Amino acid sequence: MADRTVAAAVADAHRTEWARVLAATVRVTADLDLAEECVQAAFARALVAWATGLPSRPGAWLTTTARNVALDELRRETRWRTRMPLLVEEESAPSYGWGSDEAIEDDRLRLVFTCCHPALAIESQIALTLRLVCGLRTAEVARAFLVSEPTMAARITRAKKKIAQARIPYRTPTVAELPGRVTAVLQVVHAVFTTGHASPGGDELVRAELIDRALGLGRMLRSLLPSDPGVAGLLGLMLLTNARSASRTRDGELVLLEDQDRSLWDRAAIAEGSELVREALEHEPPSLYALLGAIAEVHDRAPSWGDTDWAAIVRTYDLLDALWPSPVVSLNRAVAVGFASGPDAGLRMLEELAADPQLATYPYFAVARADFHQRVGDVRSARLFFAEALALTDNQVERAYLERRLAALDA
Amino acid sequence: MGLYAALIYSDEKAWESADESVTNDVMDGHNKFGANHGATIRGGHALESSTTATTLRRGSNGDLKVSDGPFAETKESLGGFYVIEAPDLDGAIKIAQDIPMPFGSVEVRPVRVFD
Repeated sequence: MADRTVAAAVADAHRTEWARVLAATVRVTADLDLAEECVQAAFARALVAWATGLPSRPGAWLTTTARNVALDELRRETRWRTRMPLLVEEESAPSYGWGSDEAIEDDRLRLVFTCCHPALAIESQIALTLRLVCGLRTAEVARAFLVSEPTMAARITRAKKKIAQARIPYRTPTVAELPGRVTAVLQVVHAVFTTGHASPGGDELVRAELIDRALGLGRMLRSLLPSDPGVAGLLGLMLLTNARSASRTRDGELVLLEDQDRSLWDRAAIAEGSELVREALEHEPPSLYALLGAIAEVHDRAPSWGDTDWAAIVRTYDLLDALWPSPVVSLNRAVAVGFASGPDAGLRMLEELAADPQLATYPYFAVARADFHQRVGDVRSARLFFAEALALTDNQVERAYLERRLAALDA
Repeated sequence: MGLYAALIYSDEKAWESADESVTNDVMDGHNKFGANHGATIRGGHALESSTTATTLRRGSNGDLKVSDGPFAETKESLGGFYVIEAPDLDGAIKIAQDIPMPFGSVEVRPVRVFD
């Protein structure tokens, strides 16, 4: 078999099977580091072994191989091991567990819930999830979050040490704990998605790799927790948002929703996302992501910017504001009101938010004020706020956009 | 099973100026905690106010220096602790969340095992 075919098959398995293989191997090693090494060894062996023919079930082949490597390593007691307490497994805590609900007993869920344990800092949860569940290399995780590789390596090591030393258990939460723990997982997936969708710094607006990983995590969670409305809402939101990715930049330049070529939007993703959001909205009270998805859906379904149902968007923001009030929700609500009832109304609401300390350093707030000032004809204020937004923005594509807007004001 | 220290931090000023009914509630809370989790509690004490603390330190020449007050002046100070036994962190959190914490927080730390 051609080397390239084998390499492609292994790369494909790496993308689709990594989490399953690692999660199953941790059950043997009770040690995240050793499990990672064994899984890497299994993928390396696949490059050689699969040259004589691909296995019918690559995931099963990799799991068996990784577990065998692990058993060999564990038998070889001479192996140099830092004496760290091993991962605590469910067996040591028989009072926990899911009883008859077998669907939940997927090892990948244990892995996800361990990586997204609330006793870890959110940055550590995100780093661990990308490293352990998605199989990204430390260098890739570091690049995605614009930190140096040693910094990211230290963050991941610290988190793994905490898991071992504080004995964060390798298990799925109990039914009583589940809602809170799922929320933590969804926060991590959403953070990965938004970092990919609008990178906080760097030369590119979008980091497609992170978006793919977030969507992959969303799909995995959907298959493992099919009745969770938060999972359905988040996957729907991500699909509906990413459906517009082809039109968000033109020749490397940022294009606002208002000016995007809607014929480029991914109709299949919009249909799938809408279906998920509708399902999520049937749950009372609606989840945060279901409501954000509902707003994304209104945009996706509008045939043009002018035909956008702003009243529906304002209504959804009212609901968001009631259930999850935050300065950013207030900002977005004010913008929606500005489009529903006119820029003067929007501007009035925006000015009321000016004292908020969190929004003071939020570039999109300055952009919104600049934009509405321009719409009501106050060019001087618009210039001031575009300049402020520029000072708060590190992403090169967004900076170029703001500079164009500023230049257009002077023209 | 593992041992965890549950360190109780609180705002001493708030505690001292609290209504007697509040301090009674807290005492009741600790009694209830002891009754409900007695089997997992391996030790613990309440501490006197940090104004009673004395800090010892060795100077660079090895001389002992004794000074008044806690190691660090903070808004919340260590007011007491329990040592509890639990299978894992989730189990420890489940126990420690029943510790009264009206003017502060409870920090859960694994006890280090030397082997």
